[in-house]
Amino acid sequence: MSFLDLKNVTKIYPNGTKAVHETSLSVDEGEFMVFVGPSGCGKSTLLRMVAGLEDITEGDINLDGKLINEVDPSERDVAMVFQNYALYPHMNVYNNLAYGLKNRGIDKETIEQKVNDAAKLLQISDYLQRKPSMLSGGQRQRVAMGRAIVRNPKIFLFDEPLSNLDAKLRIQMRIEIKKLQQKVGVTSIFVTHDQVEAMTLADRLAVINNGIIEQLGTPIEIYDNPKSLFVAGFIGSPQMNFLDGNIKNKTLSAEGFEIKDIDSDFEGEVKLGIRPEHLSQSENSLINLKVDLVEQLGSDNLVYGQLKNKKDFCYRCPGNQTIEKNSNLSLNIENNKYYIFDKSTGKRVN
Amino acid sequence: MKIKPLQIIAHIILILGVLLMVVPIWISFASSSHDSVTILTEGMKFHIGDQLARNYNEVLNEKGGWSEEVTAAKMFINSFIMALGIATLKVVISAMSAYALVYYRFKLAVPIFWLIFITLLVPLEVRIFPSYKIVSDLGLTNSYTGLILPLVASATATFFFRQFYKTIPDELLESAKLDGANAWSFFIDFLVPLSKTMIAAMFIFMFVYGYSQYLWPLIMTTAEEYWTVVMGMKIIYTESYEGVALPRTAERFAYIILSMIPPVLVVVFLQKWFIKGLIQTEK
Repeated sequence: MSFLDLKNVTKIYPNGTKAVHETSLSVDEGEFMVFVGPSGCGKSTLLRMVAGLEDITEGDINLDGKLINEVDPSERDVAMVFQNYALYPHMNVYNNLAYGLKNRGIDKETIEQKVNDAAKLLQISDYLQRKPSMLSGGQRQRVAMGRAIVRNPKIFLFDEPLSNLDAKLRIQMRIEIKKLQQKVGVTSIFVTHDQVEAMTLADRLAVINNGIIEQLGTPIEIYDNPKSLFVAGFIGSPQMNFLDGNIKNKTLSAEGFEIKDIDSDFEGEVKLGIRPEHLSQSENSLINLKVDLVEQLGSDNLVYGQLKNKKDFCYRCPGNQTIEKNSNLSLNIENNKYYIFDKSTGKRVN
Repeated sequence: MKIKPLQIIAHIILILGVLLMVVPIWISFASSSHDSVTILTEGMKFHIGDQLARNYNEVLNEKGGWSEEVTAAKMFINSFIMALGIATLKVVISAMSAYALVYYRFKLAVPIFWLIFITLLVPLEVRIFPSYKIVSDLGLTNSYTGLILPLVASATATFFFRQFYKTIPDELLESAKLDGANAWSFFIDFLVPLSKTMIAAMFIFMFVYGYSQYLWPLIMTTAEEYWTVVMGMKIIYTESYEGVALPRTAERFAYIILSMIPPVLVVVFLQKWFIKGLIQTEK
């Protein structure tokens, strides 16, 4: 049994809404697990069930070999960082950090030492006497983390903690969280709807949709090998291009071109997925793109345009290539990196 | 800096407002420092006279009532105890019942809240006979408990605390739970400090409410040692003066001035908390 074990966990709210469907998942000790999915997909509910803030309708949650379904949140030995930080507004930073320790009846000297150690680690030693209202967004974020770290919990739970920060600070804090987690080595679960955050932070990633884990794996596995239409569309920026198609006798006819000898026995209606970065310009091309718009990011260019049948399409090329608006590009799929999904079920078929 | 006409008008209006509030009090105070004959013959005074110490000393220490035993000083103490008791218990009970209504989501919370709210329509004056009956059956007439207890439940304060608690984000409670706070420590460590400006405001209102009670102490007390200031005010105005004695107008003014001091002190003392709460936005 692994460190944290969820077995067929289901959450049904009193009004009948099913937020989480029979989800099973295990997290190893020291692992950084990320739940990613669109808003309302049940990822936060799942996290809150681990924390004990939501009742579990069905299923079991085991933490460190102990069933915690009925254990009070305060006795689960978990720490949580909330989206709005939930710092205690009337206490200074020191007391914010010390409060959880005081409730455990730890003596004053030990508390002081622990708080000071955590403050040093997070570089908030200078603000210990300040109230949260006198801190900037990034500092508040650090205090919220400090409050989690200082208790030395079995597991850290992060509920979209970066979404209140501006873009630059978010990237900085993202790196700090990752570094900190590696340094402290505590098992962590991080919930986010931002796929870049998810990719960069995770040891393993759970893509959740409609209360179901669509795919579980390392970020690269999920990026390279999406198992469903949803995962393929959700992970990767800019989004994967999808084209309607049909397979007959191992030949896929998509909108305006054909691919022969595909590696699938499936027959029927499909969706063909091609990532914008898996395309290149060449002579004997499959796809003709009429360019509408070019976004120059410096390192890369994002080329948006339309296929012959007016379908929107995106192509990503190195930033040193100049591409004119309204020009026509002939594109090829690199190394046969394309994905085919059953149109009716959304499952991958190649 | 150039002064705009609009500012001048605004200041004039404000100054008029201040005068409207302060002048009557000043006249009462100035009049209380003359002797009664002067006031009866010349009318009320705007300047301080020479009888200040004598009048106040007489009001505070002269024994009155039927038994000639109760003094105004004793009545001040009674009123203070009553108002303090009512204000303190009202705040404590209201804060706790609001806590129960907001955080314990039991099924009847909403009906119970409205039930409490409806009691606003039934003030003490309306239910004075049943209230008196209960208190007298409990043997609490002529006691501080009897003066205070029937007045300590407050729908208004419960309502204000409830509205305030509802603005406190749920994450705070959840975070406190994970930090090991139980129901009691969440109340003491979080809700009480967060609502301290609220508590100060409620305490002031309720203190003044308790201090100005008239009908209830009048009915409740037969022993003079439990008389309150507001009752005394009536007594000093209606006292019979036989023969050649004149109405003691100056002493009446002194009494009025004295009776204003306790509520004013409470406001002045608690104002610090008010201002503190206004400057620091802690949410």
